[in-house]
Amino acid sequence: MRFSALTLAAQALRGNRGWSPTWRDAEPKRDYDIVVVVGGGHGLATAWYLAREFGLTNVAVLERSVIGSGNVGRNTTIVRSNYLLPGNIPFYERSMKLWEGLEQDINYNAMVSQRGVLNLYHSDAQRDAYARRGNAMRLHGVDAELLDREQVRARLPFFDYANARFPIAGALLQRRGGTVRHDAVAWGYARAASDRGIDIVQNCEVTGIRRENGRVAGVETSRGFIGARTVGLAVAGASSQLAAMAGMRLPLESHVLQAFVSEGVKPLIDHVVTFGAGHFYVSQSDKGGLVFGGDIDGYNSYAQRGNLPVIEDVMESAMALWPAIGRLRVLRHWGGVMDMSMDGSPIIDRTPIDGLYLNAGWCYGGFKATPASGFCFAHLLATGTPHPDAAAFRLDRFAAGRVIDEKGMGAQPNLH
Amino acid sequence: MRIPCPHCGERDVGEFTYLGAAGLRRPDGLDADPAAMAEYVYLRDNPAGPLAELWYHAFGCRSWITLTRDTRTHAIAAAEPARSRA
Repeated sequence: MRFSALTLAAQALRGNRGWSPTWRDAEPKRDYDIVVVVGGGHGLATAWYLAREFGLTNVAVLERSVIGSGNVGRNTTIVRSNYLLPGNIPFYERSMKLWEGLEQDINYNAMVSQRGVLNLYHSDAQRDAYARRGNAMRLHGVDAELLDREQVRARLPFFDYANARFPIAGALLQRRGGTVRHDAVAWGYARAASDRGIDIVQNCEVTGIRRENGRVAGVETSRGFIGARTVGLAVAGASSQLAAMAGMRLPLESHVLQAFVSEGVKPLIDHVVTFGAGHFYVSQSDKGGLVFGGDIDGYNSYAQRGNLPVIEDVMESAMALWPAIGRLRVLRHWGGVMDMSMDGSPIIDRTPIDGLYLNAGWCYGGFKATPASGFCFAHLLATGTPHPDAAAFRLDRFAAGRVIDEKGMGAQPNLH
Repeated sequence: MRIPCPHCGERDVGEFTYLGAAGLRRPDGLDADPAAMAEYVYLRDNPAGPLAELWYHAFGCRSWITLTRDTRTHAIAAAEPARSRA
């Protein structure tokens, strides 16, 4: 399906009855060269870059439910590359560069909005930590600016600067950060991959991973066996279940993260802002709702809903930063299941089983990583070797002591 | 979610802090081989279903509790003092 002013006008006159599906709802074939599980943001991006970078189209994306029903539609749409550690920065900066060219690349309006991300700091020590982070970013060629209190106030005059407990002292600004319409990312990648001939199979749940002579032979699904010598798992919260089908245990716990949307209001806040004295972040969608969130609930969960203490904590942080937000009503909130890794960083690597590859451990930073995750995972699936930008995201880094621990929290998934 | 503390009765989840899966056995420090220690520190079953896990009643009796909770529904099947399973 292609969209243009002409087709929109023509469809408007015909009562919008002539639209065709955006991507093919494919029937699964008996076998493929590569099978990607599942059709979330990362899986669909992987499919697209397999086609674009490597010309591989005998590929299937197997989605348990329907495209866009998982975490790709449950996040808060923020993109940024303000990381500290050398293992992370080149990867997330690749992601940011891919976001910047995404709409031309897949010919789909994903509403990429580089409105700037401000991380507020509230103390001298936090300013020093953010200065260090900003310097690390700039050494890797990523944009970063350290703002003082008055520079923040000029942009965001409505915050509580006189807050006795959490006075705002300044912010680390990444101008190229911002938001992207998350559903459009899924739809755009799905259409682009489907147009190249990749099969996107919906309502096809993987129930087993068949191995022959120590190597992957294919996957058992709710729609029968599908053969493939290369299988890539990009299943976020369900990673441990899929890995268990292949007899593996992973350094992951699944946790629920909640997010919130307020009623729609006129343009109120131009940037993405994070509160530095608690866990709270906010931006405004083009529909007008404030989109915000905070911490994970903190206990293992596969339920896509959370509990009230975290909601209270998020609202308290919001009020401490921005008292006027208390006049708005929360319209809806929801939960998504996060694959929290032991060091807070992802895994894109081979597994001990030949032909089986793993893309997991995104914690609650998966959305911003979507293009680079797909790009690097496609490289791994096509060539069998890690892409240099994701070379640090090894599965064996935990046992080898090469963890990538941005927060210095140690092996505590609920603290990352 | 409300957690039935075996000492205090049913209390709000906000009174508790979470550690993780119960029943992990730390290999004996100096004698442990590195692979066994890495497995203990990093690898988890992470089941979608009943999970025995450790909670600390920080704003109550300050005791450790072993809870058996379904991670898909948050339904709690059992709560007992952690010591009774040690």
